Amino acid sequence: MSSQETVAAVEGHVHRDDVGSRMGMWLFLFTELILFGGLFIVYAVYRFSHFAEFQLAAKELDTMVGTVNTLILLTSSLTVALSIVALRDGRKGFSMALVGVTILLALGFLVNKYFEWSHKFDLGIYPGSATLVNQPPGVVLYFGLYFVMTGLHALHVIIGMCVLGYLYRAIGKGIVRPDSYVRLEAGGLYWHLVDIIWIFLFPLFYLLQ
Amino acid sequence: MNASHETASSDQSPATTYGHYVLIWIGLVALTSLTVALAGISLGRWVIFTALTIASIKSTMVLFHFMHLRSEERIFRIFVFVALLTLAIFVVLTFFDYAFR
Repeated sequence: MSSQETVAAVEGHVHRDDVGSRMGMWLFLFTELILFGGLFIVYAVYRFSHFAEFQLAAKELDTMVGTVNTLILLTSSLTVALSIVALRDGRKGFSMALVGVTILLALGFLVNKYFEWSHKFDLGIYPGSATLVNQPPGVVLYFGLYFVMTGLHALHVIIGMCVLGYLYRAIGKGIVRPDSYVRLEAGGLYWHLVDIIWIFLFPLFYLLQ
Repeated sequence: MNASHETASSDQSPATTYGHYVLIWIGLVALTSLTVALAGISLGRWVIFTALTIASIKSTMVLFHFMHLRSEERIFRIFVFVALLTLAIFVVLTFFDYAFR
């Protein structure tokens, strides 16, 4: 990328294809959709075959924690969307502040998740635990899916934080700037996808009790 | 690539301002409150239907507004449609297999 830019600078004009860049990002997001989609299908099938046990197991989850985390992620989606508007308007500092707030909200989400999982571990609920293997198969499946799906999602939150951290620096250094911000758009797209996955995880695990 | 296309490729529609995004966010928070409230009352077998409907509405709002799908070129919307259709085919085929096993 940078060598391309150097060559372009020598030629006197910059070759860019922002639409192509965004399309590449969307194509990547579709692979993420299939990754999580497969897990959602597994969830759906087991929910039908172990309906009562899924309802029972879901009562173990704290709706309040799930709701707070939903609000955190929705707000972080807003701040990252606003950071693009701010940068486009030439307000570099404000844009960086919004990306910074997004990172802090992501951290808040993970701290919440840490306490939630710690509480489950204290109750003896973790994959392969003695408490869990004595439970009916539906409960074991429910918590297996709960840890895998919210765990994989949390991993995406961590990756998203790294991407946002890079973008914060890139805006500061002027690599991402008001006339060239497709990287911020791509990072934003990734972050919104993480939000969308949680929009489905939240009702499926926390609300169907 | 000419200059006008270059500009169009990066610009969003003028309507995507701070206020617009804040309104979408308020809508998303309202729908979250609604889905939590609905989970509190017993709707029987409608629970999963309402929960997934609200989640779908929220996702559509994120896709079209936060992810700029409404101001992107049409090919992006076609791509997303095909991707979701593919996932829907997976779901339907899985349940056909499951139901008639």
